[in-house]
Amino acid sequence: MGDFTSRAPAALNDPTLRANFRRAMDGLMSKRAAQFADKDAWESLRAQGAAAKARVVARLPELLEQLEANLTQNGIVVHWAETTAQANAIVLDILQKAGAKTVIKGKSMVSEEMELNHHLEAHGIRAVESDLGEYIIQLAGEAPSHIVMPCIHKNKAEIASLFEKNIAGLGYTEDVDALTAAARAALRGQFASADAGISGVNFAVAETGTLVLVENEGNGRLSTTLPPLHIAVMGIEKLAEKLDDLPALLSLLPRSATGQAITTYVNMISRPRQPGEKDGPKAVHVVLLDSGRSRVYADAQLQDTLRCIRCGACMNHCPVYSRVGGHTYKFVYPGPIGKILTPQLEGLDCAGDQPHASTLCNACVEVCPVKIPIADILVRLRAESVNSTGSGAVKGAGSMRKRLESLVWKGWAAMYGVPMLYRLGSWGLTRLGNWLPDSLPMLKRWTSVRTRPRFAAKTLHELARDKGYDHE
Amino acid sequence: MSETARANILARLRAAPRQMVPDRPDWTPPTYGEGRLARFRAMLEAVHGEIHEVTTEDWAERISVLLADRGATRVMVPPGMTLPDGLVAVPYDQPVEELKAVLVQGVEAGITWAKAAIADTGTLVLWPDADEPRLLSLLPPIHVVLLRLGSLVDNLAQVMAEQTWAAGMPTNALLISGPSKTADIEQTLAYGVHGPKELIVLVLTDA
Amino acid sequence: MPSSGRPDTVYYFGTCLVDLFYPEAGLAGMELLKRAGIRVVFPADQSCCGQPARNSGYFDEARAVALRQIKAFPQPWPIVVPSGSCAGMMKTHYPDLFEGRPEHEEAKAFASRVFELTDFLVNVVNIRLTDKGQPLTVTWHGSCHSMREMGVVDQPKALLRQLANVTLVENGREKECCGFGGTFAVRQPEISAAMVADKVTALEDTKAARVISGDCGCLMNITGAMGKKGSPMGGQHIAQFLLERVDG
Repeated sequence: MGDFTSRAPAALNDPTLRANFRRAMDGLMSKRAAQFADKDAWESLRAQGAAAKARVVARLPELLEQLEANLTQNGIVVHWAETTAQANAIVLDILQKAGAKTVIKGKSMVSEEMELNHHLEAHGIRAVESDLGEYIIQLAGEAPSHIVMPCIHKNKAEIASLFEKNIAGLGYTEDVDALTAAARAALRGQFASADAGISGVNFAVAETGTLVLVENEGNGRLSTTLPPLHIAVMGIEKLAEKLDDLPALLSLLPRSATGQAITTYVNMISRPRQPGEKDGPKAVHVVLLDSGRSRVYADAQLQDTLRCIRCGACMNHCPVYSRVGGHTYKFVYPGPIGKILTPQLEGLDCAGDQPHASTLCNACVEVCPVKIPIADILVRLRAESVNSTGSGAVKGAGSMRKRLESLVWKGWAAMYGVPMLYRLGSWGLTRLGNWLPDSLPMLKRWTSVRTRPRFAAKTLHELARDKGYDHE
Repeated sequence: MSETARANILARLRAAPRQMVPDRPDWTPPTYGEGRLARFRAMLEAVHGEIHEVTTEDWAERISVLLADRGATRVMVPPGMTLPDGLVAVPYDQPVEELKAVLVQGVEAGITWAKAAIADTGTLVLWPDADEPRLLSLLPPIHVVLLRLGSLVDNLAQVMAEQTWAAGMPTNALLISGPSKTADIEQTLAYGVHGPKELIVLVLTDA
Repeated sequence: MPSSGRPDTVYYFGTCLVDLFYPEAGLAGMELLKRAGIRVVFPADQSCCGQPARNSGYFDEARAVALRQIKAFPQPWPIVVPSGSCAGMMKTHYPDLFEGRPEHEEAKAFASRVFELTDFLVNVVNIRLTDKGQPLTVTWHGSCHSMREMGVVDQPKALLRQLANVTLVENGREKECCGFGGTFAVRQPEISAAMVADKVTALEDTKAARVISGDCGCLMNITGAMGKKGSPMGGQHIAQFLLERVDG
C-alpha cells in the first residue's frame, strides 16, 4: 500500500491504464470547453453558482434545520448520522424493519464513503449497483476510479471480458450497444424485484424539502420510483437554499462534469407516494451524514471545501490525476477535490501525503464551477501537516513534520532573508555548486530523467553591477 | 442515536466561524425570442430526441404512423386517452404493484403530456400525477410526449417562476432531455440503457 | 519617447533561479527595458520571492523572506519580474500571507506594483521589436502561474509575433503543466517524469527548433528532459531570445 508517491509508479507504468485515462480526460476537457466557449457567460454563471453554494456554507446549520422541517412536513423521514458506522446502522435498520432482502442502488459517492454494500451484505442484504459504470466495477470487485464516471479506467476490451464471464449467454463482444443492452436486460429484473432503492442526492433544496438527483441512464429514477422503499444518503453539505438556485447549479454541474448542457433526467422528489398516486415508493428516508464534514466546517478557510458539487471537473483537468488514475489515491474521492477533502475527513496522519501530490498548477481552480480555492487549501493543508504546534484545525496536524526538513527551511529562510548571507551563499553556490556530488538524493531524483542544471559563473547580482545598473 | 447525532452535528456547525452570506449576483439566463422553437428543436435533436409539429386535430393519427413505423402496437396511456385503430391503448389505471409485469415487459411505448418545455436545453417538464404516473415516462422503450407550443419557455428559471414552483412542489417533478443514455463504456454513447431508447416529442402548434 | 503612463524608472526583481542559473536571461530583460528608455534599478538586497517555503507549507519562513523583499523595494516604482511564477507569488499570495498582520497593507501595496516582464513590455512599454535574426521556428510554453495567476497568455505571443523572421507554432498541450512544480519534481519524481516526458513529446511534435518560455523553472525541467533524451530541440527564456533577435 504505502503512500501516494509509492503507489504512483504502478499506475504510471501501466500503458493501458495511462491510455484509458488520457483518452477519457482529453475528451472530457474538450467537451467542457465547448460548453463554456463564451467566457463572459461562463464567468457570470459561475459567479451565480459559487454564490449559491457559498450561501449554503454560510448558513449551513439554519438551512439543515429548514431542510429537515420541510422534508418532515412532506412526509420524508430524516435521519442524522455523525459517522459512516451510524449511517450504515440507520440504513440497515430501515431495511430490516421493512423486511427488505434486496436493494437496487443508484450511484452515490456517500454510499461508497460508507462502504454500504459491504455492510448490507454482511447482514444478508444484497445490494446491486444499477448505474452502468458502477455495475461494471461491482462485477469486477473494484472501487470507482472517478466520482462521475466510476469505470473510466477500463476500456471496451476489459469490459467485454468481464461481461462474458459474468452475464450468462453473452459471448465476447466489444459492441457498446450490445454490452449496454446486456446490462439493461440483466438489471431489469433486479429493479422489478428489489425491496428497496438507495440513492445519493445532488442538491437537497431547503426551501421546499426537495431532493434533486441528476442522471443520464434512468437507473436513478428507477431506483427511486419502482421499489416500495427509497432511502437517500447525502452529506450534510449537499444543500441548495432555494429552488431559484437550481437553474445555475443545474447548468454548471453537467456542463462541468461531462460537457452536457443538461443531463437526460433531473429527478426532483418531494414526497413519498400520495393517496391516489399509482407509483413511487410508499416511504422515503433521508440520511444526513456528517463523517468529518462538521470538522471541515470549523475553519473559516477550509469550509469552502464544502461548496463542492461533485462535478469532477477538477480531476478531469488535473495533470496528476490523468496520469495516475483514481485508484492511486486509495480513498473514495480522488483528484484535486480528494486531495483537499480526504485529509480533512480522514486526518493528515493517514492522508497527509495527498496535498503534496500537486504541482499547484491551478488547472482545477480555473475550472471549478463553484470557485473552491483548491490550490490555496492544498497549501494550507501542507502547512497544517508540518505545523510545529502539533494541533490545529485538521486532524493529524503536525504529523508530517520532520526535524531535518524544518531545519532545512529555517536555514533557507536565513540565507534568503538576510541579504548578507544571500550574497555569500549565492557567491558560493555559483563558484562551488557545480561540484556538489551527483549522489545527493535531490539531484539523483532530478537527474533520473533530466540533465543536471549548472550554476552560472556569476550571479545576476554581479552581472547587473558589472553592467552598471543601479544596484542600490 | 439520530437525535444525539443531530444535536452534536448542529452544535459543531454552530460553533464554527461564519462567513458573510454573499448576495446572489445578477444573472440573466438566456432567452430566444422568436427563435425559441428552433432552439428547442436543435437542443432536443442534439441529444437524440425526435420532434414533430402536429395539431390538436391530427396528433393521434401522427402517433399511430410514428409507432407503426417502429412496429410498436401496445401503448401505455393515461386513463381515458384513446388511440386510433391499430394501436392497443393500455391504461395506467392501477397501482404499479398490479401493473409491474405489463410495465416492465408488456408495452412498447408510453404516452404522456408535458407540463412545459425549456428551449435553452431542449428539456421537457413533467409533473407526474395520478393520471400520468412516474413510470409511464420511464419503463416503456419508447416515450411519446405531447407538448403544447404555448407552454414552451426560454429557460428553467422562467418556468419555475411562471408556475410558482416554490409555492408547492409535486411528489415528483421531472426534467427530461432526450432518451436514456450512458457513456460509461469508453465515453461511447449508447441509448436506452435503463429508460426509453427513443423520445418522440409532438409539438401541438395550435395549443 | 515614453508613452503616457510609462514610468521613467522600474525596479527589477531577478528571482533566485535566474540569479543562480540563468543570469543572462535576467540581464536580457533588463537590457530590453533599458533600450526602451527606462531606468532599471536592481536592488542589491533582493533574493527570492519565498514561494518554495510557502508552497511547502512553511509560512513563517516564507513570510520572513517575503518581508525582506518588500523592504528591498521601497520606492513606488513598478516591480518587473522575468517569471510569471514568482510574480504570481508576489502579486496574489503576499497579501494572503500577511492577512491579519501589521504588514498586510504594505504587502498589498507591494503586490499592486508587481508586473510580469512580457506583460509589462506589451501593455506598459508598448515595445516595438525589429528582428535581425535568421528565419527560425519556435513554440511557446506558458507557465501555469503566469497563465492562471498573472493572466499572461497572449502577451508573450504578441512579442514573438513582432519578430518578422520567427514563426510561432502552437503546441498541443500548451495549457498543461510541465511537471516542475518546485519541490514537486523531487517529491513526486515518477509523476513529474511522466509529465515532462509528455510535455517534451508535445513540444517536439511541433518540429520547432526551440521552446520559448517566460519561466526558468519550467525551462530547467523541460530542457533538462530534452537534454537527457538527446532531443534536437532547445529552450530559452523569452527575454534572452528577444534580445538575441533584435541584436541579430
